[in-house]
Amino acid sequence: MKYSYFPGCSLKGLGRAYEESLLPVMEHLGVELQELDDWNCCGATAYMAVDEVKACVLAARNLALAEKSGLNQVMAPCAACYLVLNKAKHYFHDFPAMKATMDRALDAVGLHYSGDTPVRHPLDILLNDIGIEAIKQKVEKPLKGLKVATYYGCQIVRPYATFDDPYNPTTMDRLMEALGATVVHYPLKTKCCGGSLTGTLPDAGLRLVYILLCEAKKRGADCIATVCPLCQFNLDGYHAQLESKYGDVMLPTVYFTQLMGLAFGLPEKRLGLNRAAVPFKWRPSDAAPAPAPVTA
Amino acid sequence: MVKSMTPSPAAGQETVPTRASDKPNVQRPGEDCLPVMKMRPTIKYEADRVRGFGREIMAVPGCEQLQSCIQCGTCSGVCPLSIYMDHTPRQVMALTRADFKNEVLRSRTIWLCASCYACTVECPQKIRITDIMYELKQRAILEGIYPKRFPIPILAYDFSEMVKKNGRITEMILVIKLFLKTSWLAALGNWRLGIDLMRTGRFSLKTERIRQHGDIARMMDAIDGKKGS
Ligand code: SF4
Ligand code: SF4
Ligand code: SF4
Ligand code: SF4
Repeated sequence: MKYSYFPGCSLKGLGRAYEESLLPVMEHLGVELQELDDWNCCGATAYMAVDEVKACVLAARNLALAEKSGLNQVMAPCAACYLVLNKAKHYFHDFPAMKATMDRALDAVGLHYSGDTPVRHPLDILLNDIGIEAIKQKVEKPLKGLKVATYYGCQIVRPYATFDDPYNPTTMDRLMEALGATVVHYPLKTKCCGGSLTGTLPDAGLRLVYILLCEAKKRGADCIATVCPLCQFNLDGYHAQLESKYGDVMLPTVYFTQLMGLAFGLPEKRLGLNRAAVPFKWRPSDAAPAPAPVTA
Repeated sequence: MVKSMTPSPAAGQETVPTRASDKPNVQRPGEDCLPVMKMRPTIKYEADRVRGFGREIMAVPGCEQLQSCIQCGTCSGVCPLSIYMDHTPRQVMALTRADFKNEVLRSRTIWLCASCYACTVECPQKIRITDIMYELKQRAILEGIYPKRFPIPILAYDFSEMVKKNGRITEMILVIKLFLKTSWLAALGNWRLGIDLMRTGRFSLKTERIRQHGDIARMMDAIDGKKGS
């Protein structure tokens, strides 16, 4: 299996632990990823607020590059990128005027986009292309005893979710169970974390983050698993402010790929676990020994 | 409630001695710059409309459905930020459709919208509320209608400039610029965050740039070429 890979700026910056864990995990599963050559920022939410047409054109350049690469599927791990690339694709098909503008802009730089290239999230690829069974077989250190709150956030399930339910997504839940972890009931799994409001309007943003953490804690979770670099940043980075404002809600937030890496027994150093502000200390062997490997 | 019933001392009336507990909650989050007692009409008049505004918005791809809003309020109900908004999403839909341009573009609502799409997937009329909010933000930025040093439009603008120039974002530079332009105080409040980022090796100021960064400008020009005509 081979996919074109669109990392997005976050996975090269604040969210680098996501890439650091995603790549070895995919490799371990036999998935080949080829980073999109010379990709540009997808346009994301902030650009959308300045000029939607331009944001879509930015996204379209990446889609065109993906087509050019000959690999006809793009994997986009950042929730915001996933949404924007999909949105551009929808606009391309739904609005002729938009298509014309995209065509003209791409033409100016010698690129072409035909409108096919599926844009997919790693969760989608893991569950639907690789399959739960194949993943189970790779589990060497089951996450027995680890209680996980699965947090999907907004943008991978809304509004263009193709692979999961927008109200009650379960792909990550099933994945976590396959790794041997216990998924706690977490009704806020798709509630928004406020995105960049934590930085721009902290009164409103931090409260949303607090609600998410507080609920996960109340449900007895040992950690929150996320699929998006901004969610991870929000849930992990503001504990000092949260504590002075609302009280202690300290809880580690990890990428789902980091948990996969741990369960696969990949070397910890390759999983970017040291990148979080709130350290995730739980390790598979700490809680329950893995079934003794059959060694000579 | 307390707010609207307390007579304004500015109006020359006697100040009612307030209990200590009456005071603190009067100020709502984010409202610290507004005079608390300022009287504002809550009902709008015909004369406040800017004819054609609603139609302009509804002409934007993705915003056409606004016409069919039934004012059910579902969007306001599911919106995680509506408690901070001056006009709820439902009200913004009604005001937009009815040409109340100034009320909408000056509202805090459009900046509070976190683009979570909760309203959009729930709307019984399939109105793309989030996209309408985006369009309204764009209008406000275009017309320069937002408070000075207000971080959201500044962030949006810096973001777009950086992409235009380099094709990619270097997050830390963006964040630092934002603090410089808005408030030192906010930067100070976040010192712990900065330390954590350095400690965990995520504080990078190396500019990310694509090889064909000229391509981005060329594409933007190609769009503007059409827009200008
Ligand atoms: S959405 Fe964010 S992470 Fe994705 S490319 Fe754009 S700036 Fe980078
Ligand atoms: S949950 Fe937060 S960071 Fe994730 S997509 Fe929604 S707003 Fe963005
Ligand atoms: S949910 Fe849709 S129909 Fe109902 S008030 Fe909001 S925009 Fe109008
Ligand atoms: S997209 Fe904006 S308006 Fe709609 S529910 Fe989310 S924050 Fe509220």
